[in-house]
Amino acid sequence: MAQILSAALSIGFHGLAFAMVLYLISVGLSVTMGLMGFVNLAHGVFAMAGGYVMTGLMSRLGLPFALALAIAVTGVALASVVFERLLYRRFYGGAELDQVLLTMGLIFISVAVAKHFFGSQAQAMQPPLALSGRIDLAGRDFPAYRGFLILCGAALVTALWLGLERTRFGAQIRAAVDNLRMAQSVGIDTSLLFTFAFALGSGLAALGGGLGADILAIDPNYALENLVYFLIVVAVGGLGSIRGPFLAALLLGIGDTAFKYLLPEFGAFFIYAIAMGILLWRPRGLFGRA
Amino acid sequence: MRLRGGFGKQGWVAAAALAGSAVALPPVAQIAAAQTVKVGIILSYSGSFAEQGEEIDRGLKLYLKEHEKDLPPGVKVELVTRDDTGPNPELAKRLAQELITREHVQLLAGEVLSPNAAAIAPLTAEAKVPFVLMNAAGVSIPRMSPYVVRVSFTQWQMSMPMGEWAAENGIKSAHIAVTDFIAGHDAEGGFTKGFTDHGGKILGTTYFPVTNPDYVPLLQRIKDAKPEAVFMFMPGGKQATAAMKAWSDLGMKEAGIKLVTLQDVMIDDELPNMGELPLGVVSSGSYSTAANRPANKAFLAMWNQEYGPQAIPDFFTIGGWDGMAAIVDLVKATKGKFTADEAMDFLKNWKNPDSPRGPIMIDPNTRDIIQNIYIRRVEKQDDGKLANIEFATFPMVKDPWKELNPPK
Repeated sequence: MAQILSAALSIGFHGLAFAMVLYLISVGLSVTMGLMGFVNLAHGVFAMAGGYVMTGLMSRLGLPFALALAIAVTGVALASVVFERLLYRRFYGGAELDQVLLTMGLIFISVAVAKHFFGSQAQAMQPPLALSGRIDLAGRDFPAYRGFLILCGAALVTALWLGLERTRFGAQIRAAVDNLRMAQSVGIDTSLLFTFAFALGSGLAALGGGLGADILAIDPNYALENLVYFLIVVAVGGLGSIRGPFLAALLLGIGDTAFKYLLPEFGAFFIYAIAMGILLWRPRGLFGRA
Repeated sequence: MRLRGGFGKQGWVAAAALAGSAVALPPVAQIAAAQTVKVGIILSYSGSFAEQGEEIDRGLKLYLKEHEKDLPPGVKVELVTRDDTGPNPELAKRLAQELITREHVQLLAGEVLSPNAAAIAPLTAEAKVPFVLMNAAGVSIPRMSPYVVRVSFTQWQMSMPMGEWAAENGIKSAHIAVTDFIAGHDAEGGFTKGFTDHGGKILGTTYFPVTNPDYVPLLQRIKDAKPEAVFMFMPGGKQATAAMKAWSDLGMKEAGIKLVTLQDVMIDDELPNMGELPLGVVSSGSYSTAANRPANKAFLAMWNQEYGPQAIPDFFTIGGWDGMAAIVDLVKATKGKFTADEAMDFLKNWKNPDSPRGPIMIDPNTRDIIQNIYIRRVEKQDDGKLANIEFATFPMVKDPWKELNPPK
């Protein structure tokens, strides 16, 4: 019995850490897809860029972890504004197929660019010494960095929720997601709002990519390989929601981990089955707006 | 002094001289290259296996560069490369077809992946074009066409000695954990045979899904079963790093579980990414970058000069290197003129006693490679870096699967 409990604790812990990484990256996608109605499949590119910038700064310039991460996040957020203004803006409210083609093209370009500048090997990521090492929970050793990831995820979801519910900017976003035309007619500058929201979403993706480089390795195929995870989290969670992707990430992270433990022969099958089931029951996702 | 952007008289004279020399060169070039042997190289230069493709490409190109001077006068080797972009048998077959019919290559070489190589093999039989397989390790590929010769390895060749060594060195029982694809099953088969033939007992088997970012739950389950040792195999590169991280995160070593594996998991150029995690891990392999033999030291000197001190060659590289060695030796022996059957007669009896990995030869009966298999342990070297240090050798191992499964 004690062994089952111990194993469950281990599964829960590692699953939670994986879930937090997925959430960090995917929440930005949920906001942009819900707010701008834009199918941004290239969202993973911003996460990958954050990972590359952070690991590059750490290994080539020897910058400390926190500083490298901060620079990566702000850099990617600013770069995303350029993309938004020059490229994405043209396709708002346009045909979804056009958006899919554009963003898939961006993914392929990112693969080639990453390979050209960084080579095909995955980037090494050593967590800072302060966060390496092990913590003791109920008689078991756990890697401290995974614990840090869990705390980050929890802090982020709280910060985002507070931001959305308690600030004016948050209120404007909620308004625009609920009813874009009405929001425009009460004087909200939706164009600027979109840009800010996009930068926020991409910055969060970069944060997730950098923090999660330990779990989701940073290599040129990152955006393509992990696309399915981000899409499941966003689709199951519901577009335009903050809580939805959190729940979906928990489901995906812990569920995937748990099923691989209990029935490894079926591998990742259960996650897709669960995602299909939830979407059949709630086509808009768990917290999607109707 | 001209400030406008004009050519000027001097410019025109220079241009005329350049044009004149360009016209004058081709006849000279034609006389020199009396015999050009065209070799078609099909590798993964993009996609998830680009890393491996690049290593093979570097190995074969370095060999050609260093040994071009050894070719008979007037004979050149020309490489025509194509990118199969990863596991894509249809594309690989089409590229081979193109190389044979349009580029008129006399030899094919390369291929990282077994499904692609298996698609190309029947073409080589139909078109009678020798195919020097530089990596793909599927055991039965040389049987698919009499024109295939392999210089890399097979998983049975690697894993059976590992099983034998484990059983003879104090490991009585083991759990097998391999990725659920053909190479994983080959590794499982070879290890099981070597291990059980020498008294070991297999406790159970776990199959990892092919794309798998997180090994923690799968290894957790194995840890709960408390085996004495685990034989683990997955594709090298970031999957291996993820698995090693999970191994360390779960405290498998502290729980007293030994790890034996294959060179794919302890691949030399990924070791720096793993930190201290692989210290002490035993693996079997055909080539370790840290090998002490003079041929390897000479190879490393050439390698580091060409690709820089940070570049690390691995067993993929040696597949390219030795494959090109076979081709160059063939061209030297035949002065660049050979029929497909003459080439195969030469290639299937080819030996290289002085490869960076030690002595190798081709088995004339199976057209597969015979080589030393080394048992290595990851240790820290004087410069603080980890390396696979060879400490035991199984000499001149033939592919055991073919020995156990003779053709009907």
